[in-house]
Amino acid sequence: MEKQSQKQNVITAVLVAVAVTALYAILEVLRRTGLITPYWAQVMDLSLIMTISALGLSLIYGFAGQFSLGHAGFYGLGAYTAAFITKSMGDTLFSFPLALLAGAAVAGLVAYLIGLPILRLRSDYLGIATLGFGVIVKVMLDNSDKISPMMGGSRGMSNIAQFSSFAWIFWLTVLAILLARNLVLSAPGRACIAVREDEVAADIMGINTTHFKLMIFVLGCSLAGLAGGLYAHRYTFLHPSSFDFLKSFDVLLIVVLGGLGSLTGTVVTAVGWTFLLEWLRVVLPQAFLDWRGVIYAVVLIILMIVRPQGLFGGKEISLFGTRPSARREGSGHASA
Amino acid sequence: MEQLLEQLFNGLQLGFVYALIALGYTMVYGIIRLINFAHGDVFMIGAFVGVLGYSSWGLPWPVAILLAMAVCAVLGVVIEFLAYRPLRHKGAPSIAALITAIGVSFFIEYFTSLDFVFGPDHRVVKLPFDIKRYSVGGAVVTNVQLLIFGVVIVLVLFLQYLVRYTKMGKAMRAVSQDMDAARLMGINVDRVVSFTFFIGSALAAAAGVLFAFAYPQIKPFMGIMPGLKAFTAAVLGGIGSIPGALLGALIMGQAEVLTAAYLTTDFKDAVAFAILILVLLVKPAGLLGRSGPEKV
Repeated sequence: MEKQSQKQNVITAVLVAVAVTALYAILEVLRRTGLITPYWAQVMDLSLIMTISALGLSLIYGFAGQFSLGHAGFYGLGAYTAAFITKSMGDTLFSFPLALLAGAAVAGLVAYLIGLPILRLRSDYLGIATLGFGVIVKVMLDNSDKISPMMGGSRGMSNIAQFSSFAWIFWLTVLAILLARNLVLSAPGRACIAVREDEVAADIMGINTTHFKLMIFVLGCSLAGLAGGLYAHRYTFLHPSSFDFLKSFDVLLIVVLGGLGSLTGTVVTAVGWTFLLEWLRVVLPQAFLDWRGVIYAVVLIILMIVRPQGLFGGKEISLFGTRPSARREGSGHASA
Repeated sequence: MEQLLEQLFNGLQLGFVYALIALGYTMVYGIIRLINFAHGDVFMIGAFVGVLGYSSWGLPWPVAILLAMAVCAVLGVVIEFLAYRPLRHKGAPSIAALITAIGVSFFIEYFTSLDFVFGPDHRVVKLPFDIKRYSVGGAVVTNVQLLIFGVVIVLVLFLQYLVRYTKMGKAMRAVSQDMDAARLMGINVDRVVSFTFFIGSALAAAAGVLFAFAYPQIKPFMGIMPGLKAFTAAVLGGIGSIPGALLGALIMGQAEVLTAAYLTTDFKDAVAFAILILVLLVKPAGLLGRSGPEKV
């Protein structure tokens, strides 16, 4: 029995690896041949970068139940750190991977330092504290030219080398998904889910709640930092307004619309939502382009009223059918 | 010294406007535990209706303020009815209501930005009266500031009376303590919630017009930052508590103005939030909030 399931796991892993590689090959060919225009290629890159960042928040909020409204702040920290490193190191072989690592590390370190005190707060209070943190980061970025003129402050940071190729973005997204999936299925992941469901009960069962909350917060914010580094080297221009608290809402929308506690939901929604917005830009006649924001808002409201549990409602899709994730029906933060 | 006094007056002016917005946030949160992100946009609509009322539609300005309050009160009730009530009746998780609130906020902002509504550009507000300056102990106080102090104090006293001494106020307090128990006692919870949105939105509209008088520029996205700061003020003072919202708003106003005047204008937005985080760490329920024992 044990052996059989192990064998099945190996087969699944191989199948998934083959499928993902094939997907990558197809997309790469389509991009090279121009069937996917540079514009849509850029949208695709953005959607994958968004996926990495959203996975981070999905872990923090969807799985560990820690309500964070400051995700864009960590994304911005990663972006600026990474861009600063490649700009000051120049174009060497290691500067880009090092920059990505540093972006993730700085976001993680700041998450650790800020998380240590504020993760004691609950639900909406934690949300508003992290929101405040996000605003503080934005103000810092606005004044970053006082730390180093290279960062540009409120004029933005320009002329960043375009190191983020599709290969980098695609495979790092795959890595992030794999990491998140394995974490969620591991013992620490189950501990985090227990914290989400009932922190007091988890504590009584001997789970070190502070430790796990902090761990997943640091990890999720590092993913945001990594995504920020990719973003910086894809668009070659950074501006503090790309990292204000409204951008944190964007990530939150994706995680909630996808369904809390569903990684598949997060991934599908991150990609789908990004493409939907761009598609609206294309299909709307010129005179109605201003309606984009209105349509966006109406779709959001209707989706929430029709499916308050999110599109995937806590379920996961794998190669072999759906499986429910460990999620109690109807639970959501701050009901008490 | 005079300069300090003058800055204190400026801080008071900002704080009083925040207070009016914060009251709406704190009442709604106290009753249905929802951060109503659309509240800042109701504030914006209030500013537009009030300003258009006296500048384009030829109303006397006090009537324009009342009109703005009436329009927004109805708007608040409609928002609650269309967007939040269906979710509440479904027993949806509170995060769904929060996301819907963000959606409503985006809707109002983008819809009013359309050319046939208010248009995306900012407009300069022409005051309906001449600014007069009075000297108080060497410091200058304008009639706009006096108007703000007067209107806010009257409205807050009225609200205090409403919540403490009327039957509806009693019902509101009951619902905020325990919605189910209140329903069992025969209170029409939906009506209480509607009434809360009615009052809160009317206060936000008054705040909007006063804000436009004090900082004479209006645009569809003007509600975001004041809304966020007012909510922060409500949390700072202890959300659900009316005196708390006032205290929090006055602290936020002073912190912002004094930082800008004496330290640096670059970091004025950051200081208010830094104060919030520090206060929450020491008193997780805010300055005047009650933190009950943890329920198991």
